[in-house]
Amino acid sequence: MYQTITRSQLFVLDQDQARDFYVDKLGLEVSADLDLGFMRWLTVRVPGDPGREILLEKPGPPAMDEATAAQVRELVTKGAMGGWLCITTADAFSTHQTLKSRGVDITDEPSPKPYGIDFGIRDPFGNAIRIGQMFDTPPG
Amino acid sequence: MAKAIEESNRRMLRARDAIDRDFALELDLPTLARVAHTSPAHFIRVFKATFGETPHRYLQRRRIERAMYLLRTTDRSVTDICMEVGFSSLGTFSRTFSTVVGTTPTQFRQLGALPNAPSCFVKAWTRPSNFGEAR
Repeated sequence: MYQTITRSQLFVLDQDQARDFYVDKLGLEVSADLDLGFMRWLTVRVPGDPGREILLEKPGPPAMDEATAAQVRELVTKGAMGGWLCITTADAFSTHQTLKSRGVDITDEPSPKPYGIDFGIRDPFGNAIRIGQMFDTPPG
Repeated sequence: MAKAIEESNRRMLRARDAIDRDFALELDLPTLARVAHTSPAHFIRVFKATFGETPHRYLQRRRIERAMYLLRTTDRSVTDICMEVGFSSLGTFSRTFSTVVGTTPTQFRQLGALPNAPSCFVKAWTRPSNFGEAR
């Protein structure tokens, strides 16, 4: 019935800062950065993987009222919004070193797990990102 | 005002991440307050207002959650696990564990192995909900 997931979304507090982080620090690339008039459509993707994009959306009117947007921003900055990405890498330790040298917030150092070697980081707003060198066997 | 709350939240989250990451170390209040760019007294108050519990209680829950994980995924001794997660006394560890989880570490171990899942979810969802509430 379905084929694949093509887009997912994260709330960010500032799209310029988000672009700087996701592209310059994390190493993703901009897929689209368009002024649609009613919103800025900013998506990023893993280089070489054009089929999956992440929309970096700023909460606010008119999509939601300002009071609701403030609640969303509060949850994001508490790390409680639930925005979460899991990105794979060929070498978790090397990627960890690269991100650390770029000043990325490391929340969890790389360590072997039953499913692979992975570590955790946060974006500047509070969203959690997991980066993993996965083994062939899926979790389960 | 909203901006100030968001910035404060983010600083507190950075300190909470430090607890999650360095739970086994001797994490003292001044160290955590420095991570959050605030004074120790202010840090405790704001951390509790942000996350609903004191930094100390959060640290204890994190340590107990790690102990729960190690009890179910390894065959290491209870004493070994107690030290590994940051307790220096087996008595304190056992009392805290029983208060939080409702069983002794040895009884808890009998639940058996955990299924594989990304560790950040295991960390978040197997953490005891609060002191005396995790049943």
